[in-house]
Amino acid sequence: MSDYQNTRRPGIAWRGLMDRCEPLIEWAIRLCGYSAILFIFAILFFIIWESRSALFGGVNLIEFFTSTRWQPTSEVRPEYGILALIVGTVCVTALAMLFAVPLGLGAAVFISEFCSGKPKEILKIVIELLAAIPSIVWGFIGYMVLGPIIMWTTGAAVGVNMLNGSIILALMSVPIIVSVGEDSLKAVPDSFREAALSLGASRWEIVYRVLFPAAKNGLLAAVLLGVGRAIGETMAVLMCTGHAVQIPRSPLDPVRTLTATIASELGEAVSGGIHYGALFLIGLVLFVMTFAVNLAADLVVKGIRNEQ
Amino acid sequence: MTPQMDFSLIILTALVCGCGDSHQSATAIRNEGSDTMVNIAQAWAEEYNQKRQDVKVQVLGGGSGVGIASLIDGNCDMANTSRKMKPDEVKEVEEKHAAKPQEIIVGYDALAIYVHKGNPLDSISLEELADLYGENGTLTKWSELELPLGSIKNDRIVRINRQSSSGTYFYFRETVLGKGKDMKLGSVDANGSKDAVSLISRTPGAIGYSGMGYATDEVKMLLVSRRRGELGVAPTLENARNGTYPITRPLQIYVIGKPTGAVKEYLDWILSPEGQEVVLQLGYVPLETNK
Amino acid sequence: MSSEDNFHPPSPPAPLPQAGEGSSGTDSHPRAGEGCVGTNPFAPSPLENRKKIKETIAQWILGAVAVALVVPVVLILGYLVVKAWPVLSVSFVFDNPENRMTAGGIWAPLVGTFFLVLISLAAAAPVGILAGVYLNEFARDNWFTRSVNLAVMNLAGVPSIVHGLFGVGAFVLFMGLGRSLLAASLTLAVMTLPVIITSTREALASVPMSFREACWNMGATRWQTIRTIVLPNSISGILTGVILQVSRAAGETAPILFTGAVFFTPVDPSGWSSFFPYGLDDRCMALSMHLFTLATQVRGVSDEYLYGTAVVLVGLVLLVNGASIILRGYLRSRKRW
Repeated sequence: MSDYQNTRRPGIAWRGLMDRCEPLIEWAIRLCGYSAILFIFAILFFIIWESRSALFGGVNLIEFFTSTRWQPTSEVRPEYGILALIVGTVCVTALAMLFAVPLGLGAAVFISEFCSGKPKEILKIVIELLAAIPSIVWGFIGYMVLGPIIMWTTGAAVGVNMLNGSIILALMSVPIIVSVGEDSLKAVPDSFREAALSLGASRWEIVYRVLFPAAKNGLLAAVLLGVGRAIGETMAVLMCTGHAVQIPRSPLDPVRTLTATIASELGEAVSGGIHYGALFLIGLVLFVMTFAVNLAADLVVKGIRNEQ
Repeated sequence: MTPQMDFSLIILTALVCGCGDSHQSATAIRNEGSDTMVNIAQAWAEEYNQKRQDVKVQVLGGGSGVGIASLIDGNCDMANTSRKMKPDEVKEVEEKHAAKPQEIIVGYDALAIYVHKGNPLDSISLEELADLYGENGTLTKWSELELPLGSIKNDRIVRINRQSSSGTYFYFRETVLGKGKDMKLGSVDANGSKDAVSLISRTPGAIGYSGMGYATDEVKMLLVSRRRGELGVAPTLENARNGTYPITRPLQIYVIGKPTGAVKEYLDWILSPEGQEVVLQLGYVPLETNK
Repeated sequence: MSSEDNFHPPSPPAPLPQAGEGSSGTDSHPRAGEGCVGTNPFAPSPLENRKKIKETIAQWILGAVAVALVVPVVLILGYLVVKAWPVLSVSFVFDNPENRMTAGGIWAPLVGTFFLVLISLAAAAPVGILAGVYLNEFARDNWFTRSVNLAVMNLAGVPSIVHGLFGVGAFVLFMGLGRSLLAASLTLAVMTLPVIITSTREALASVPMSFREACWNMGATRWQTIRTIVLPNSISGILTGVILQVSRAAGETAPILFTGAVFFTPVDPSGWSSFFPYGLDDRCMALSMHLFTLATQVRGVSDEYLYGTAVVLVGLVLLVNGASIILRGYLRSRKRW
């Protein structure tokens, strides 16, 4: 370790100080280590705290989850029913997954099993770049470019709708599906492939009969993480889905999602008011939804580790 | 950690501190509120900054409700609103700040009804609009407006509405539907005055409302009458001034207590001919001409 | 596998699909079609042929799927650049928005984004890196560490708008920072923390255990080992994570929407103060928010101006990402173990 000696020489005093402070530093490291847990609880705490006006008395929780009427600023009778918003989120996410899962898993299989060298590197980089495009830009693309295309091809009455949002969300959640899916295919030991190959299996047969069963938990986790990403996406769906409070009857209807509702209405609400609290309550619902999806993904991945 | 890394950390820290230090003695005025007014507010801020470099006006849109909420919370100095403050909001200001909110009218806005430029419809009445947007309204198809079938590809009327935080939304609901009425859910809620117009310009079957300053070449403003069958009035400066156009509203700025210092100077400038010229340039109706 | 397969040795793995090589590539054995099975025991059987065709079809379909992901990216980026071309210039980047935000450039929001990212980085990087060190070097494999890991993963999965809500509750209201650059930056820092933690942990894990053991054998303490051996050897991976944080923070809108970004704030057109226009307690403009307001609120903005803003935002993020990819490749190639 010649590097070690070289870097040590200048600034012995500084190093000595660093060594003497070791207990302090170790303490700081531990504290930072716990920070993730701290933040999760802090998020939970502050969201519940800010939603107190709605949670304790302001909003009828049964109505909150079962009514489709979201009329927070009504002067007659404000109603806070998020069923239509939940249905909107679920529908957009489901439709997005319909596009994203075949695309994402197909690309993962192709990159992992049918591709090597330069093309593989390039594909991986492009998919990484796909993940880097900011959500507001996706929203902008859906709003300006995809909307008119959808109206022109399907004859939809309005271009910003569920289909538009789903396509954009699919493109946004594909990268995570590809990368996690590819990782889980990579994690299948090569001996599995070699054994199948020596029995005369073609590469497609290896994928279909060996890799899919062996990596099914990892692939499921990939899909779940994609779902998590799609549920939580905000700006893109705010601009692309049409933002209409209704239960959609077709993919060409505009819908509104939970995230978009918070983004478009939080600013207006007087802090401490019922509307304000109801929006934080939606945040809590979102937090619980994504937490459940991520937890499921984690448990599924743990499942493989225990099996092996 | 290598010395280089330590050094880069120091630079980073210096940069961050520099950012804090460089905050000069400039006075900041925090201005928030109505999306309808955000463009005027921004133009005022820009113009005023050229005159008075030491005053920085920060402008935030989001809706009249945002501005009033911020005013109540003490998060802004001036709230732009395109609706009057509600009594309970006034009470909240008094409770929190021990002073009455002051209302200053700074201009007028005529709310235009927009359709796609290819739409054969020329005028509409407030009654029809209420039937279209109102909770129990039955109007859903263009053919029900006595338009020839097929003149618009998709017969369904796409209602473009605004997000419920918008002062425009409140004003439209109160003026067109009447007090104590609710909007029918399921409309496409645009996120801003421009968003509404730009959605209409790309959607042949859409109808919506927005400030008349937002008109573009791709949309058409309808003549508006109070009742079915009456002659419509065009949303023009004159009609807004003389009050014949039925959906005209004042634009106001709220401050807490009597304005003082930089805020007062800024408000005085806004009401001066120079500030009112900006209102006119942006397609709204300035004060002087309204008297 | 049916038993008759076993009479034939496995065919070698098919080569990568080259241009012009479709299913016909399998017919390169001229004797296969002549049915001289008796004379050539290595000729492919009909079953093998079917298998081969199936594989080729699968390969082409999967390849098409992969290409279907690449094409939209290229098309979209190309379209954005073409539409933005008329306004793209150096002055577009370095001028302030003028004439009611319909002309001029995007300097004020750009510099706002720059500060948001920098301050969030200053807050998140130390905590994130130390947390990664803790998870990889200190934590034992027990229920607590598992829950920390779970928390990191879930923190990464929390929707950005929920981070925004947290920022409003914790920083703007509870800590009394108000809507400000600092509150927005801290919100972004919390949001990007898991990115840094995860990549630091992975980078540290890639340092071979024998390095640490060698150092411990010299009598070094745990912290000395980490400082002198583990961190210098994993700096590439840590940097990659930090850069990814930068690109994520630069593009986000939802967390800053209610914690500090504004529609407009004047910025001096030139001089020192044009580089440091915002104090920590000021509200600032941000590029992502600017794109949103231009698209939905500002009257009379030409489409080119909108596309130009989008292109600069995407360009910025892709530039940072590209830098991280290149850095990663470079440092990987220099790895000595």
